[in-house]
Order: sequence, then C-alpha cells, then structure tokens
Amino acid sequence: MLHEPATPAGKDPAGPYKVRLGIWMFLAYSLFYASFVAINLLFPLAMASIVFAGLNLATVYGFALIIVALLEALVYDWLCRRKEAYYIHAEKTAGTGKG
Amino acid sequence: MAIFIFVFFVVLVIGLSLYLGNKTKTSSAYYAAGGKIHWGVNGIAFAGDYLSAASFLGICGMIATIGYDGFLYSIGYLAGWIVALFVVAEPLKRLGKFTFTDAVDANYNSRGIKLTAAISTLVVSICYLIPQMVGAGVLVEPLLGIPHAWGVLMVGAIVITIVATAGMASTTYVQFLKGSLLIIFSSVLVGAVVIRGLTTQPDQGGKVPFYEYTQLSAARAGDQITVSDTGWNVVEQKEIKGGLVFLKLEKDGMETWWSASEKDGELSLYETQSVVFKKDVKWINGQPASETNQLRQVGNLEKISGKNDGEAGNLNLFSFLATMTSKDTTVRTWKTANFVDSAEQKVTVYYPSLVTGDRIMRPGLKFKVEGTWLEKLDFLSLMLALFMGTAALPHILIRYYTVPSPASARKSTIVAIAAIGFFYILTLFMGLGAMVNGSLNPADSNMAAPLLARSFSELLFAIISAIAFATVLGTVSGLIVAASGAVAHDLFDRYLKIKMDDHQKVRAGKITAFVIGGIAILLGILFKGMNVSFLVGLAFAVAASANLPAIIMLLFWKKTTAKGIAASIVVGIVSSLTLIAFSPELYTLYGRNPLDAPIPLNNPGIVSIPLSFITLVVVSLLTPKAKA
Repeated sequence: MLHEPATPAGKDPAGPYKVRLGIWMFLAYSLFYASFVAINLLFPLAMASIVFAGLNLATVYGFALIIVALLEALVYDWLCRRKEAYYIHAEKTAGTGKG
Repeated sequence: MAIFIFVFFVVLVIGLSLYLGNKTKTSSAYYAAGGKIHWGVNGIAFAGDYLSAASFLGICGMIATIGYDGFLYSIGYLAGWIVALFVVAEPLKRLGKFTFTDAVDANYNSRGIKLTAAISTLVVSICYLIPQMVGAGVLVEPLLGIPHAWGVLMVGAIVITIVATAGMASTTYVQFLKGSLLIIFSSVLVGAVVIRGLTTQPDQGGKVPFYEYTQLSAARAGDQITVSDTGWNVVEQKEIKGGLVFLKLEKDGMETWWSASEKDGELSLYETQSVVFKKDVKWINGQPASETNQLRQVGNLEKISGKNDGEAGNLNLFSFLATMTSKDTTVRTWKTANFVDSAEQKVTVYYPSLVTGDRIMRPGLKFKVEGTWLEKLDFLSLMLALFMGTAALPHILIRYYTVPSPASARKSTIVAIAAIGFFYILTLFMGLGAMVNGSLNPADSNMAAPLLARSFSELLFAIISAIAFATVLGTVSGLIVAASGAVAHDLFDRYLKIKMDDHQKVRAGKITAFVIGGIAILLGILFKGMNVSFLVGLAFAVAASANLPAIIMLLFWKKTTAKGIAASIVVGIVSSLTLIAFSPELYTLYGRNPLDAPIPLNNPGIVSIPLSFITLVVVSLLTPKAKA
C-alpha cells in the first residue's frame, strides 16, 4: 500500500499556476531577506542609521521582513483563490471539468 | 494564585484530551485528527506549535541579554514560513498521509527513504524535545518551588497522557488554546511595559526596592590592585582569559567579588554578584544560599537620552524603541565569568557592563558582523538555517495533514504567519522590557518574560507562566506525535511491514509515545542548564540539512531518485550533527577550550545544507530513476 493522502484531494487545474507563482514570490522574498543579511555583513554600521521616527535601519528592516511576509502571503492567497475560482467557473460553464 | 492558575490550565488541557480521546478510534484520527480541522484553528495551532519554549522563553531571554541579536531569531524563524507557504504547503498536503516520510516516499515506495526519513524525524524531534523539556524544568522550579527534575517528570507525564489519549486532535486544540492565549497576554504585557515607561531605577512598581551597586576607587601598584576606599581588604586578585580582572574583597568578615575596569585613566572596582561552591555548599554574594539569599534580579538603564536618574513616561510603541535606540541611552547589562579561585573553589561571577542604546539595537553584541570572515560566515550560516529550517520540521509538516484540502493548508499557513509575525514583533518589546525593568535572573535568561510579568503583578506572572507551561506541553505533544508516527507508522508499519489493523496501529503509536516521552524526560533532566534557544537553533540546522533538500528536489527536479533522497537525508543528518559536535559552543559545554574545536563554526547550515543538496543531485544522476 502506498502513502495515499489522509483526505483525497481532487484534481487541481490551478496547481501549475500556483507552483509558478509560489516560486516567484519565494524568490522575491528571498532577495529581500538576503539583502538584510548582506547589509549586516558588508555594511554593519549602516544598520545603526536612524531612518524613521527615531528607529534605526536594523529595527525598521526587521519589522519590514515580518510585515512583508504577511503582505506577500495575503497577495499569494488572493491570486490563488482568483485562479481557483476561474477554473471552478470554467468547469461549471463547460461542464467538462477542464478550464 | 500561581499554583491555582497552573492547576486550572493543566486540568483544562487533560480534560480536553480525555473528551477528544473518546473520538479517536482510527489511525487517521490519531495521527492527522481525521484531516478535519478548520484552517483557522489549524493556523493558530501552527502558531501554538511553533511558538515553543524557544520563542517565548528563549528569544525574550536572548533579547533581554544580547539585544537586537536575539531579535534576529524572531526574524529568521518568521521568514522560514515563506518557504513553507510558497514552496511546501500545498504540494506536501497533496503527497502525504500522516508523516514527513509519507510525503517524501509518496512517489517512490522505497525502503531506503522510509528508514532514513523516519530516523531523520526521530533525530530532529529529539533535538527539538530537549530544549522544551529543559524549558519546562526551568519554568516549574520557581512557579511551584519543586526541583528541576520533578518539573521535567511532571511535564513528561502530562504530555504522555495528552498524546496517549487523543493524539493529533487533542494536540491541535491544546495548541489552538495556548497559541491564542499566548498572543493575547503577550500583547497585555507589552502594553504594560510601554505604559510604565522607562526609568534608571526600576523598582518593579514599588514592590522591589532598586538595588544600587557600589563602585570603589582603586589604584594599581605594578600588577597588584589596591582599594583606595577604607575598610576593604584585597583577599585575592584573579585575571582570567580575555584580560578580565576580578578581586575578592573582604569587609566586616564577608568576602565578595568585584570586577576591575579602567575608564579615562581611572581604575574602579564594580560590585558583582557571585556564586561560590565551598565544599559543595553554595554561597551567594558572600553568604550561604537560602530562601532569602538568592541572586538579585538585574537589568536597568544607566542613562535615558543622556540623563542620569532620569525617567521617560508617556511613551508609545515607537518612542519606546526610539528611546532605547538612542546613543545617549546606556543600559547596564550583565555578563558571566567562570573560574576556580586560589582555594580551588568554583566561582561564577555576574558582572556589569555598560552598553549604549545604538549598540543594543543593531546586530553585533553576540554575532560579530564586524569581525573576522569566519565570524561573518557563522552569522550567515545561522540566518540560512533559520530561513530553511521551518519548512523541514516534522511536527510542523504533519500539521498539513490535519486540514481537509491543499487550499486549507495554504490558508492555515497564512493565519500562522499573521499570528507568529505579530508575536515576534512583541518579543522585541518584551525582551527590551525585561532588559531595563530589573527582570532578569543573571543565571538564567530563559525566565525573562515571566519575571517581567511578575514585575507588574503576581496574577499576570501566574497567567504568563501557566501559558508558558502550556506552550511546552503543546510543543512536546506535537513532537511526540511526530516521533511516534515515525516509529509506529513509518518503521513498524511501512518499513518492517508488521501487519497491524487500524486499532493496533493506534495502540502502537500510543506505546511509542509513552517510550519517547520517557526518553524526553530523561534527556530533559540530563541537559539541565543548557541554553534553550541555542539547542533549538541547532534543531533547525539539522532539519534544514536533513529534510529540506529532499522536499524541495522531489517537488521541483524530475530526475530526483529514491537513492538520491535517502543519501541526502543521511548526509544531512550526519554532517550537521558532526559539525555541531565539534563546534566551539559544544566544546565550551564539554568544559574544553572553544579555540581547540576542530570546526570553527557554531552553526553548521552553511556547510551541511549545500552538502545535502549536492549529495542528492550527484546520487540521483548516478542511480537509475525508480519511481513506483
């Protein structure tokens, strides 16, 4: 017996789109994260620069990494849901199960 | 009050488990809560799983002692969820059934993958279990006044009861409850910190008078230091590694240790706190340890925006951080030195060190980003492991199987990112709050957040401690479910092909949970005193090295073979554990000179993660593709 899913998932025509989208969004965030690490390593004193409301670059960038993660996640979910809805609608209208 | 609230929480958790236990009849219910958990509940339960003792106790403690460097853990742990959401969540949900092994083996049906992935799950789970159990002991000691070992034993017994009664369903609801309460009461604590404001003489709301540490004038005659103030006699002068000089002084028959420091050409001696073992009897600050003579809590501001004896009220979240960031703000932090004195007595000295706000609020106090290339590489290695580790933690991965669909897996991850991200922002305020409110136990930073709560009220302390205890309970439960799944499901059922009906599978899982719980209790007692966050950071590195290359490559590289996956898991585990075992931090723990460590890095990820990826690619190319 193979390892079938705990709950069978139906066919997902939006799957390839979501994978591509996920990889691009992952790369975008990775670049943002890598820049943070790079600034720390190459220009550590820049992290002490005051950039906003008395807060330094380290604090602002750190908070930004957390907030941007959430924003990207929400955008990703919205785009995925839109694509899933498109295929569900196409399936209903075509009645063939293909979008 | 503390005991009442603690008992209430424990009874609530066990009651919930017994109630849900009646519904756990099948292996799907036991290992994956029947795949019926709502994504919103699962998202908060993710947060509950993830915000373990390391996050709540460890990170707050680290920020309280090393400032922004501790917050780097918050940033890295949260960023790791991006890998989980964009790369792993939905595909993994489609592939797997109960365990991490199910997912990586889904397309291969390989005995090699089953064995190596199950071992990997066990190794990572145990690496993660140790700090949780240590954290439990640390927490229960002051809360209930019982020894560390009894605390660990109690946690183990409760967790085994939870897991053995209902498995993933009860673990999920315990995590949901705990995750929600943790975020709510951490917000309350942060609000209280900001409203209280900043002062150079924190007195815990008038409950504990501020202790003014003494400074003495001294002079140097050759190598010898003499005290200029009268009444003090120098008993011993001790210079230790790094050029630090400590003096044992005697006054009125009491011997205490002082640290020597020179500033602007003037030599001064600063009062420290000390623990000395005289013939196995513990002495604290020159007197035998007792209920009334314990180490004083520490941490205060010396200057606020350039003013001694200052106060800063009417703060908001931004102005609190801005005041802390100012180069004119100075914090009295505390460092530790260990040595043996002339009477062959073990001495631990906690000595003050003044650091300006701009140094506290940027990386560099612990991670030497301005140091040598090796020190920079170590920092890079840590940030890489934190980023890559989350999506490879077995107890996180199995939570994807508790929801009904891949879309639910995605949504629950987003809820988790929101909850965890919000909490991690709070950690900066809680850590800094503990740093300046006299809420730090100099011997154990792990209690920073609960002690900060105590500085406001006993009720808040009791609630926060009970939640922290539930944090440990929930995380340990999740880890034990993951580990029992690896043994009972992956090894017994899949690898050894022992014939079991559904009922027997559940029983095998419960028996395994009992055994692993026992091992966790033992390790929790043995590893007493080790740094909680440090251990969790290592667990992340092992998980990222052993599991992530397999997950990523099987999803995105069509030439990946079963042998390639199995080889990469083995290389990931062995290389990361070997690098850790011979690292400077571990050499310190062995009681040896860290400079003698053959591996110069404390964090193995920068070597072991690429090595595991390369192994997978090379072995896959060398072996024929054998998909089932």
